[in-house]
Amino acid sequence: MLLIILRRLGQSFLVLFLVAFVSFMIFRYVGNPVDNLLGQEATNDRRDALIEALGLNDPLHVQYLSFVGRALQFDFGISYRTAQPVADMIIQRLPATLELALVSAIFAMFVGVVAGVYTAINRRGFIANSILSSSLIGVSLPTFLIGVLLIWVFSVELKWLPSFGRGDVVDLGFWTTGFLTVSGLKSLILPGITLGLYQMTLIMRLTRAEMLEVLRQDYIKFARARGLQDRTVYFGHALKNTLVPVITIAGLQLGSIVAFAIITETVFQWPGVGLMFINAVYFVDIPVMSAYLLLVGTLFVLINLIVDLLYLVIDPRLRDGQLKRTGG
Amino acid sequence: MLRLILLSAAALSVTASAASAETIRWARAGDSITLDPHAQNEGPTHALAHQMYDGLLQRDMSGAIIASLATEWAALAENPNVWRFKLREGVTFHDGAAFDSEDVVFSLNRAKQEGSEMQELLASVVDVRAVDAYTVDMETAGANPLMINNLTNMFMMDKGWAEANDVVMPQNVTAGETNYATMNTNGTGAFMLVSRSVDEKTVLKANPNYWGKDLYPTEVSEIIYTPIQSSATRVAALLSGEVDIIQDVPVQDLGRVAATDGLKVVTAAQNRVIFFGVDNAEGPTSDVRVRRAMNIAINRDAIKQIVMRDQSDPTGVIMPPFVNGWTSALNEFPAYDLDAAKALMADAGYADGFDLTLNCPNDRYINDEAICQAAVGMMGQIGIDVTLDAKPKAQHFPYIKEGNSDFWMLGWGVPTFDSHYIFNYLLHTNGGSRGSWNPTGFSNADVDDMIVSLESETDLAARDATIAKIWEIVQAEQVHLPIHNQVLNWGMKGGINFDVQPEDQPHFQFLTFN
Repeated sequence: MLLIILRRLGQSFLVLFLVAFVSFMIFRYVGNPVDNLLGQEATNDRRDALIEALGLNDPLHVQYLSFVGRALQFDFGISYRTAQPVADMIIQRLPATLELALVSAIFAMFVGVVAGVYTAINRRGFIANSILSSSLIGVSLPTFLIGVLLIWVFSVELKWLPSFGRGDVVDLGFWTTGFLTVSGLKSLILPGITLGLYQMTLIMRLTRAEMLEVLRQDYIKFARARGLQDRTVYFGHALKNTLVPVITIAGLQLGSIVAFAIITETVFQWPGVGLMFINAVYFVDIPVMSAYLLLVGTLFVLINLIVDLLYLVIDPRLRDGQLKRTGG
Repeated sequence: MLRLILLSAAALSVTASAASAETIRWARAGDSITLDPHAQNEGPTHALAHQMYDGLLQRDMSGAIIASLATEWAALAENPNVWRFKLREGVTFHDGAAFDSEDVVFSLNRAKQEGSEMQELLASVVDVRAVDAYTVDMETAGANPLMINNLTNMFMMDKGWAEANDVVMPQNVTAGETNYATMNTNGTGAFMLVSRSVDEKTVLKANPNYWGKDLYPTEVSEIIYTPIQSSATRVAALLSGEVDIIQDVPVQDLGRVAATDGLKVVTAAQNRVIFFGVDNAEGPTSDVRVRRAMNIAINRDAIKQIVMRDQSDPTGVIMPPFVNGWTSALNEFPAYDLDAAKALMADAGYADGFDLTLNCPNDRYINDEAICQAAVGMMGQIGIDVTLDAKPKAQHFPYIKEGNSDFWMLGWGVPTFDSHYIFNYLLHTNGGSRGSWNPTGFSNADVDDMIVSLESETDLAARDATIAKIWEIVQAEQVHLPIHNQVLNWGMKGGINFDVQPEDQPHFQFLTFN
């Protein structure tokens, strides 16, 4: 058991090294930050001196190794654009992203399960079919378009909700929160829906499919035969069994919600790590880009590691090595 | 389900509260990089600094130099190498300290230090000294008639405050430093810093002891500055009344903003010219006839009407109209003439045309990539088969500066408002501290000498004559292919009176309400 855990941990580290390496390969093609850093009057001599000082002339593997070496000591360097330590910048912006991700996840989970159950129970109902067909739009429209459409309807036309920013936030010292003010809560609604819409439709369709599957099982028939009320059958027996795979998928999707907040944060000018990353790409702020990619990589690796370990706990056959796992 | 969302949204929303007339909520695409006034030389950074700091001189909304912390300035009659500045008396910094010549000497020396991005503008300054408490002399290596043009973004700090907070040296952004002045300010400007969260929100309030209160009787008591990167969101924020004034209105949304009740668009020519550079030294474009053919094959009116939706000012010279040396004759552009262009091509021996790659930025100028696409078609008409290579600015500029391109797009703003700035960077032979943006290969020793001579010529008539002569040579050689001057658009509430400043810097002490 311990051996398996150690092996999984080792694999996780390998993945992170690869993530860092691939991101370094990409940075070569993003451009050169010196012209952003120096302004147009700078002489060629100062330009060359800066390229040298930043180590941009060093071979790729030297740049990579020095980055990994420092990252192992939790030193992610200093932003080229703002000259602030990257770790501070991430810590400062992470609350905004995590709060947005939380709201989106709750929205996706709650609305997804409710709508999934409803469409499963009323399979031929007009409303259920409308929900199902409109969910196709949710899956196929790109996030930025959904965001712009929501802004159009709720901010510009109806003037109900703010189109950008976090509203007023309360600083708790280690965390800034938008949950404690009216404008903060209002600001969360549109980006929360935009970010969670895809996951919501996914969870809804999964819940519906699982629910339909469960409803065909014998024990549901027996439950009905016993004369139990519909309510008890659906929610007491069927839903419980439906939720196991739904929760697994939802957990895995949490990582994507954080990672793919980039587009939503850009559309709504949400001051989180995604917006920070986009700014870094425009500026070729290599330290910020590499730290962000490493952060997202770590997040995915951690989630997968936890899922893997949970499988070990749940399934004794894996523990004893009796069953070769296929796929992953 | 939709109804559920609608209902809950409605329940949470309260009627949008109308902001008090004195608060200005201001949005533009990017945030300032640092509050240290000497650490960066970049538009949004200066624009924010201008609210809190003053220079010795400033530019008014028409671009003319007017008094700020200095009330009089002139080169000494007996020694043209020395500029003498008389300072405004009775000015205090935000913390109450008095402003005098000691602060000017300190600030100008600070801006010359390593780490300052303003140092190139003061490169010719050898000494700054206080004559008395309200008089400062600035000595340059040789006479420098241009000096005052470089001082409008050169901000004054308090020496005592800088020493007390250990910010005697400017923040060196490229070395990854931050200091106290990065997030704190103590200027003499019309507004004082209240709070700042980088890339999120900056709040300023009116300085009750501002020296210019009588000169600029503004009613603005508070400024809330928010960068909003996505242009659709920025326009939406203006349309929904969440902000009062935005910069960088995309041209496709101008009509919509202007047509909305209670909003208006204010437009003015920008101090930025857009043009194509071509290789003057090698390949088919080294022949001046080919460059001329390309120049008259560009249909500038079509670019203006179709690509720019009338928001541009076509030109025949790579110089915005504010700049010293500009004449309407230079600005005249040749008629679009395909037959003449084809004849020139045939003359040069390229009747069958040739292949060329056009390097273009796609995130720097207004509709940059679309202009390039239009140019590809226009060049095709005279047989030049152009491949378009559009990249983000972070890749485009290093690529062209290293001389890799034969045909590229570039825009140029002229912060000194003098032709010398264009000549020195775009037309002087590339090398040393000059010609850093001249990858054309154009190199003319006479022109180089004349450019250098402009820096110390104090006879303004003779100097203007030299400028005219350089332009004559440059125009005859058709070194670049000018396209147009950009037009600036600010969208704002109808009740605001505010002129667009040609450097794209709103100075809110000039803002009044109807």
